[in-house]
Amino acid sequence: MELLTLAKQAILTPANLHDHHIEQIMARLICSAVDVADIYFQSSHSESWLLEGGIIKDGSHSIEQGVGVRAVAGDKTGFAYSDRIELPVLLAAADNVRAIVRQGQNTAVNLRQNSNNQRYYAPLNPLQSLADQQKVDLLNYVDTETRKLDSRIEEVIVSLSGVYEQILVADHAGMLAADIRPLVRMNVSVIVVDKGRREQGSMGGGGRTDYSYFFEQDRALGYAKEAVRQALVNLESSEAPAGNMTVVLGPGWPGILLHEAIGHGLEGDFNRKGTSAFSGRVGERVASNLCTVVDDGTLAGCRGSLSIDDEGTATENTVLIENGILKGYMQDKLNARLMGVKPTGNGRRESYACLPMPRMTNTYMLPGQHDPEEIIKSVKNGLYAKNFAGGQVDITSGKFVFSANEAYLIEDGKITRPVKGATLIGNGPDVLTKVSMVGNDLQLDSGVGTCGKDGQSVPVGVGQPSLKIDQITVGGTGV
Amino acid sequence: MQNPEHIQQQINPLKDIVQRLLDEAKKQGATAAEAGLSQENGLSVTARLGEVETIEHHCDQGLGVTVYFGQRKGSASTTDLSLESIKETVNAACSIARYTSEDSFSGLPDPALLATEFPDLDLNHPWHIHADAAISLAIDCENAARNYHPEITNSEGATVNTHQGIRVLGNSLGFLQGYPSTRHSLSCSVLAQRGDSMQRDYWFSVARNPVDLELPQAVGIKAAERTLRRLAARRLPTQQCAVLFAAEVASSLLGSFIGAISGGALYRKSSFLLDALDTPIFPGFVQITEQPHLPCALGSANYDSEGVATQDRVLVEDGVLRSYVLSSYSARKLGLQTTGNAGGVRNLTITPSELDFNGMLNSLHTGLLVTELMGQGVNNVTGDYSRGAAGFWVENGVMLYPVEEITIAGNLKDMFKQLLAVGNDVDYRGNIRTGSLLLERMSLAGE
Repeated sequence: MELLTLAKQAILTPANLHDHHIEQIMARLICSAVDVADIYFQSSHSESWLLEGGIIKDGSHSIEQGVGVRAVAGDKTGFAYSDRIELPVLLAAADNVRAIVRQGQNTAVNLRQNSNNQRYYAPLNPLQSLADQQKVDLLNYVDTETRKLDSRIEEVIVSLSGVYEQILVADHAGMLAADIRPLVRMNVSVIVVDKGRREQGSMGGGGRTDYSYFFEQDRALGYAKEAVRQALVNLESSEAPAGNMTVVLGPGWPGILLHEAIGHGLEGDFNRKGTSAFSGRVGERVASNLCTVVDDGTLAGCRGSLSIDDEGTATENTVLIENGILKGYMQDKLNARLMGVKPTGNGRRESYACLPMPRMTNTYMLPGQHDPEEIIKSVKNGLYAKNFAGGQVDITSGKFVFSANEAYLIEDGKITRPVKGATLIGNGPDVLTKVSMVGNDLQLDSGVGTCGKDGQSVPVGVGQPSLKIDQITVGGTGV
Repeated sequence: MQNPEHIQQQINPLKDIVQRLLDEAKKQGATAAEAGLSQENGLSVTARLGEVETIEHHCDQGLGVTVYFGQRKGSASTTDLSLESIKETVNAACSIARYTSEDSFSGLPDPALLATEFPDLDLNHPWHIHADAAISLAIDCENAARNYHPEITNSEGATVNTHQGIRVLGNSLGFLQGYPSTRHSLSCSVLAQRGDSMQRDYWFSVARNPVDLELPQAVGIKAAERTLRRLAARRLPTQQCAVLFAAEVASSLLGSFIGAISGGALYRKSSFLLDALDTPIFPGFVQITEQPHLPCALGSANYDSEGVATQDRVLVEDGVLRSYVLSSYSARKLGLQTTGNAGGVRNLTITPSELDFNGMLNSLHTGLLVTELMGQGVNNVTGDYSRGAAGFWVENGVMLYPVEEITIAGNLKDMFKQLLAVGNDVDYRGNIRTGSLLLERMSLAGE
């Protein structure tokens, strides 16, 4: 069935709302002074299951449903939301929101259905893709198999979660668009103990699909093996070095370098306001000519992908940096209009209860020429950082951090011993100018990223090939 | 203050809903159940560059239920409080409990430990402020920052936020309580520029009672001062040095301590403080207490998220760990009794010395003052610590110049032992109340 029909049936029909009601609310909301207005309906069903200490310890189910109403005039925004999808509530919300604009003639709007967008994932319901018993069996199977992997494993924690989200967004121009967004995630973490030393390892993945994903290519056990491997490596790790050095980043998840160092700084709102270290720098060199970076919401089934953003704009593959030159920013409707450019399908919100803003989708660097082994060989002394935890950036000063949780020393072009996790710190606008080699091994992360901005969390993806950064500060204890 | 009868009139229908949830759970065969409901309203306005930027009307509600079938457990939650939704939510929880395992440690708290006294903790002070008045407060706040100095060149705005809510908690042991509370805040964030150096910083004030908020002008001026002093920050050479954590970032160190002595981390053996009870963790001068009943305080509550009575307690006495932080479940796993900390600690305090901030700077003498921490580089299993930092280089007790793009690293076990002093410049804006903390030595990585 058509997505729009499905979403209407799920959200509007139970509330006895029809297109003409949305037109009525919109008429209250907009007037000649309003530039952008939208009504965002959301219905989200989610579940999570947790195995710990060898038993299925917890399970939970959650329903979140509501509507957000917004009017924008110039750079001013009025916003209200409610978890009651009822006409009188919506009309009152529209009146409240309209107050941001104090004058102007009311105007009418006729809804037109928007359904020509390309889809990057199927409208699956992950929660129904397996029977509850099968979900529990999967967790138990992973636990049993993981414990067989090594005698030093002391604790195994396995989690499985799924979201089935339907959204419906209407705007001032009469657009009515819908999306159905499945999202699944699985994670395995282990604690290992050897000779009194205790370490952890963790691995997971997922995407916009259903639970069958974890059975394909033996992914579930793959996470377990990777978690155990990391934990065992960490058992052997010694003090990390401290100071400036050459760092080789592995492919895939280390792409959070791009997310933190440049991604946030290229979001439209910061640049419209002139608060980013990248403000006003389109056309300038911000990376070595080896670097081309994109934000791509159109990758099939990826965690950060969206067919339409939360303002109903089709997502796209946006070039941020091309051969080292800054090309453009990621935009939502408000900031695009104020900057005189097109929205790029990056208007996202955590839920109906939050305002949309420019956010990343899947941010990655395109592959280069070098064999990853060649890159390692080229380093006399340095650090090879294979895996990372999280990161953070101050978009104004440009300073960013990301924390390695699996790293090795490189000595005379060879990877030698593992070192403890350490935070790397650098300056966003110039870290990519120090990229001197780019691998031919582009990988996307396994589907684990969550990005926070202004208190709102959204799922994102990152990726990159192996990269050599000539100089960055490594925050170990080996002074 | 609102009159108590009026408050009860608001709470009673919510208690009825929670009771209905509990009854429904029993009807569907649960042997025990716990349910909670929250309802919150709020207004948030932001002014930027002298004009209103956003007006947000908040209205949130949600309910959650946990059911037990013997020792098996299931949970469900929803934002829909209708009768039909109550049935469906209980049904979802019961359906999950069919698939979870028998867990001999699960279940409701010991009935003898449930709170029975509910003194008024003075947590409810609604702020009847109209959006227009809130906007003009925000503008005053931002103006104070923008007019403070010509190098303040841009702004992310000032925000006035007010929230009032009611929480109700009930369980099948007969516990059914609810109380209202409020929370208001005022914040401001501005940018400063000098040559190529652009910096941003902020300040905020938060309180249960709006009269306890700092004045808008004071918040704006503090935001401006904090931003200006960061201009022309330098890097530092890689070295070992003494580190003073300013009060506003010091709470994160105590947060890591609480994480490590929390039941969940202990029974999973994912803590760097396993088997540490009655052993010295800090130097002998350190006292850490929890005071959940402080009137009007941000962390206060008569009972924890399971209904267990909270009480004043000593966590660290003369540097020695005297108590873990436990819920009923984690306590049973460890063979101990709950400490009334389901949902976390409440108004944790580390006893300050006589030293004010300047006294602490003098004690640091020469080293790093940290005013900002970046990233999550803390390993809770090993205690390994490595985070990005910004702050000031201090010599002879004087802040010489701002520094940035450095990291500080160590191991929390050593860092706790190397605590030299606790300032009396206590930051009361959170659940963990500490002054600045001086540490003898950490590894600093920079140029």
